[in-house]
Order: sequence, then C-alpha cells, then structure tokens
Amino acid sequence: MPTIEHNGSSFSVDEDGFLTKGMEEWNNEWVDYVKSVEGISELTDEHRKVIDTLQEYYKKNGIAPMVRILSKTTGFPLKRIYELFPSGPGKGACKMAGLPKPTGCV
Amino acid sequence: MADTKVGQMSEDVVKAPSMMTGAVPTKDWMDVPAVFKPGNYCYPGKEEMAAYHNKNLPGLFGESRTWLVESDDWLLPENWKEIIIQGIKERLDKFRSFKIFMDCCVRCGACADKCHFFLGTGDPKNMPVLRAELLRSVYRNEFTKAGKILGRLAGAREMTFGVLKEWFMYFYQCTECRRCSVFCPYGIDTAEITMMAREILHLVGVNTNWILEPAANSNRTGNHLGLQPHTFKENAEFLLDDIEEVTGLRLNSLTFNRKGAEILFVIPSADVFADPGIFTFMGYLLLFDHIGLDYTISTYSSEGGNFGLFTNNELMKKLNGKMYAEAKRLGVKWILGGECGHMWRVLHQYMDTMNGPADFLEVPKSPITGTVFENAASTKMVHISEFTADLIKHNKLKLDPSRNNHRKVTFHDSCNPARGMGMLDEPREVIKAVCNNFYEMPENTIREQTFCCGSGTGLNTGEIMDLRMKGGLPRANAVKHVRDKFGVNTLSCVCAIDRATLLALMQYWNPDVEVCGVSELVGNALIMEGEKERETGLRFEPLEGSEG
Repeated sequence: MPTIEHNGSSFSVDEDGFLTKGMEEWNNEWVDYVKSVEGISELTDEHRKVIDTLQEYYKKNGIAPMVRILSKTTGFPLKRIYELFPSGPGKGACKMAGLPKPTGCV
Repeated sequence: MADTKVGQMSEDVVKAPSMMTGAVPTKDWMDVPAVFKPGNYCYPGKEEMAAYHNKNLPGLFGESRTWLVESDDWLLPENWKEIIIQGIKERLDKFRSFKIFMDCCVRCGACADKCHFFLGTGDPKNMPVLRAELLRSVYRNEFTKAGKILGRLAGAREMTFGVLKEWFMYFYQCTECRRCSVFCPYGIDTAEITMMAREILHLVGVNTNWILEPAANSNRTGNHLGLQPHTFKENAEFLLDDIEEVTGLRLNSLTFNRKGAEILFVIPSADVFADPGIFTFMGYLLLFDHIGLDYTISTYSSEGGNFGLFTNNELMKKLNGKMYAEAKRLGVKWILGGECGHMWRVLHQYMDTMNGPADFLEVPKSPITGTVFENAASTKMVHISEFTADLIKHNKLKLDPSRNNHRKVTFHDSCNPARGMGMLDEPREVIKAVCNNFYEMPENTIREQTFCCGSGTGLNTGEIMDLRMKGGLPRANAVKHVRDKFGVNTLSCVCAIDRATLLALMQYWNPDVEVCGVSELVGNALIMEGEKERETGLRFEPLEGSEG
C-alpha cells in the first residue's frame, strides 16, 4: 500500500488516497495534506463543521451519511458542500475526515 | 474480383487490415498479451476482505494477501494451475450448462458485434465469442481429445500466467448482460461463461475489492453498503421527512421487521442511501400508503442485490437465502421486490432450486386487485413493476400524470429484469399511465436487445471510469438519439446499479438528461388523500407551471 509523507507525518493510504486505517490514523496533519491536494486555500469553520459532522455520524453508524443527511445536519446545501470541497462530499470531505468510501450500487 | 485462396485468407485474417476499421493486427490473438495499466482494471480485493470470505466459505476465495494487478507476481499459490484445472473439472461435472457451452459454440460470430464493450472499446477480445474462447481454449487443452493431440491447431492452449491475466482482464470487461446470448443460434448463455471464469479466478485469490467488500458487508450487515439496522431505519425515516415536505403528509405505514405483515418488501440498499435511488424509495412508500398495503421492510434482508453472484455459486446462495429466512421468521405470505437489477436474475433463474422450495409462503396474490401472480408461483416473489402495472390495469390508483409534464421520459430496460426474467411490458405500462411524455429509444437498443449501462456485475467502480464510459457508449448513444429527436430529459430504469451508473454515463455523454427509477415517477403522479397541492417533484424540482 502507498504511503503519504506530509510535514513529518506518514500515512498509509489505499489506491484512491483514502486513509487505510481511517480515523485511527487521522490527525490535523492529514487534514492539512488533503487541504493541499484538494486545492482548498483556507480551512474555515464551515470545513470543520462538515468534518465534525461526518466523523460524529461515522462513529455512530459505521458508514458515511447519505448526502441529504449531511446537508440537513450541517445546514449546507449540496452546492455549498461542493464549494467547500471541490471533489465533492465523498472524494473530498470523506477523505479529509478519514472516512472510507461507500461501496455497492452507488 | 477473384476469390481469395484459402491459404492467403488464413494469413489475411491475422495480418491484413480490418475491413471495418483499417486497423492492422500483427499477431494471432493468442499471442497478444493482456497489459494492465491504471484505469483498465479494478483494484484487487483487500487482504482482510478475502480473509473474511475465506472464513465463511473455506477454499473458495484463495489465499488472502495483498497483491498488485500491475505486478508480474500475483503471489499465487504454488499449485495455482492445478487449482484452476481442477476448478474447471468440478464445474464441468456440476453444471451441465457449462459443459454444453464449452462444447457447442461453432464460432459463427453472430454475437461478435452485439457486445457493448466490443462496440465501445473495439478490442477483439471483447467479442463474446472470443471472450469465451479465452476459457474454451484451456478447456480444449485439458478436456478434449482433439485439443490434447492437436494443441493450438485445434484452438487449444495451455494454462499460463499470461492466460490468467487475460481472464482477469476480459472477464471483468463483461457485465453478464446477456445481450450476445439473444443472438446466439445455440442459446449459449455467455454470462454463465463469465460467471464460471470468475468463480475459477476467485479460487486462486484473483478478485476485485469492489465485489468482495459489498459481498462481505451484505453477509455481515444485510446489505452491500454496510448499513446497520439503526442506520437503515433512520435513513428510511429521514426520507419520510422529505415526503412530508413535498406532500404535506406524514406517512405512518412504514414498519421494520414487523411479524405478521402480509408482505415482505425487499429493496436494493442504495435506495435508502444514494441519489437518485432515494427518490425511487419515496415513490414505493407513497404507493404502498396510497393502497393501504400491509407490508414491512426487514433490516436483515435489507438488500435485493447480490454481489455473491459475481463471485461464486455458494456465496450467491448464502446471501440470497436471507430473503426466505426472513420471510419465514416474520410469517409473511409472499415477497415483493423493488427496482433492483441482478437480484431478478438470481431470483428468476436460480432461487427456486438454490434456496427453495419456499413452501411456507403462498402464491402471491394482490390484496388490492385479487390478481394471482402465477408467474411467481414457485419463487413467491413479485416485481414492483408487475405489482404496480396490475394496480393500474384495475384502475386502483388515483393519478395525475401532468405532474410529470416537466419530464420527457425514455425507458432503459435494465438487463437482468429484461433478459433475466422477461419483464418488458410492465414498466412501460406504468410509465405511460403516470407520464404524458414517453418516447422509446430505437428498437435494437431496448427490450430483449437492450444495451447495458456498461457498469454491471460489480464494474461500477470509480477506477475504471474510462472503460465504463466506453462500455456505456451504445446505451448513451441511443439516449442521445431520443434527446435530439424528442427532447428527452429523463432516463428511467428499474435497477439500482443503473441509477448509480447511468447517472455518471449521462453526465459524461448527455449532461442534460437525468436518471430516475420508475417508482419515482409513480410517486410524483399519485394523488394522495389529504395532501397539499404539490409544487415540486420528489427531488424538490419545480413542476411544470410552478417554476419561478
């Protein structure tokens, strides 16, 4: 499995660049790394709100929330989430929060 | 023009330019190696996923390990060739169909240009006849006299690592859609050849994660996504909020795991998770409430789809068994199934002998119309489109099709309900009753001849997006035709993989065409008792006349 080095931290990631060990290995350096590859210029409270919401939901449910639930809980319409995370809620926000990708008929 | 001499011809077919494309082959197909590069293969199964399946079904998933597809060492067991040959032998003995399909092809080529992957990639090994030859050549070498004696002259070849790579490449560029089978004069079910090849590949641990992980989730939590019971329930109930916002009604007819319900309803789990399946789900709930159906949804049998079908017979059987087990536990009379694709192939063609007989269930009878679904007398399972079409035929639904006037609709026959169970007319009858604007795609691209979405059988994963867009091109092209001719803006279907993958396909080829399930259109049109005047559809899109 590939390894990402960033600011002295090292992360094991899968083929799509998601954290292999998920939130277990997640930290602020990881957030900083994803911010740089996602082309996010500045991390705002809105970004943090999305990440917190995702992590809280994941701890309770073992899966990322459906996008409509993420929107409702954060109060951000999908359009705003895409503005915050250009790759979208899955490839952008979930990656930054240390969540795995959903699989199946999706 | 004089006819070409046979000797020249046999040389030409290998070395002369293609009459169609002018492309020049330089080698016999057996000598063209499969080369993996990023984008042309699915990621291999994660070690822990293979280990999980191995624990449940020992011996069928090879050794769990971390391996790389682009590497020349797949970390195969030392005796991998023996395992494969033995795997073929066992299946020839067990499945009579497999033996016949290996023997009876005359290589007439009727199937050659019927495959969406061949049309999209132009790769000759995606001609179904040649795809089957990849396996048949090894079969000949090991199991036929001619092959043993004449070798390559008889189209036989030894099993090598190169052949294994070829299998992994091309049996994962087949979606088991069976369009080619429609044209085969012998009725060879080429999907079953791919199924056998994938079973055999799994024996030596050659697999993809996009299949192993959903199948593991389904075994563990009841569904591919891995939605646990509380999440599944919460998601479904969240959609009740959306229904309330659109209709002003709080439905109270949705229950989970309720013993004594008349009907168990089984959906593809994406319908309570992802756009646009969630709108299809809202449609189901509105319909059932409208007719006062006594039904329940199970959080254990919470998946219609069966990624086990893409691994082997045993896992398919195990995952599918949940439906009957839950029907028995809850004491329902029969089972209604949602808009899922390959679920219906498993149900219609294998379930009866695999998990049946379901003698604890009754032959399905609609409690609203009294219609007895004789076609489902053995499996005891009815498709939602059959059920809805029957309600419409008996005039049991109050409908306002003008609420779908903002949609110009065409229908994609999802491969498995169409070719796997022969359901061709019912979804059309439903759509015509709930929409005023319905247009068919060209006849050689629908019904039995429907073109696949290009991403079925677990190929709906992101890393092969280019390949998917190529494989889906014939379908997209037919949609483009009705878009240009009639202004079609909505592609409806009855399959969860379709809803996910046609979405990507349309965004790529026809960005102004939206994708929906048929039941979403039903939900839009249903006039519910006590509802408010609807200003939007179920996905909160403005209705015609209420824009702005």
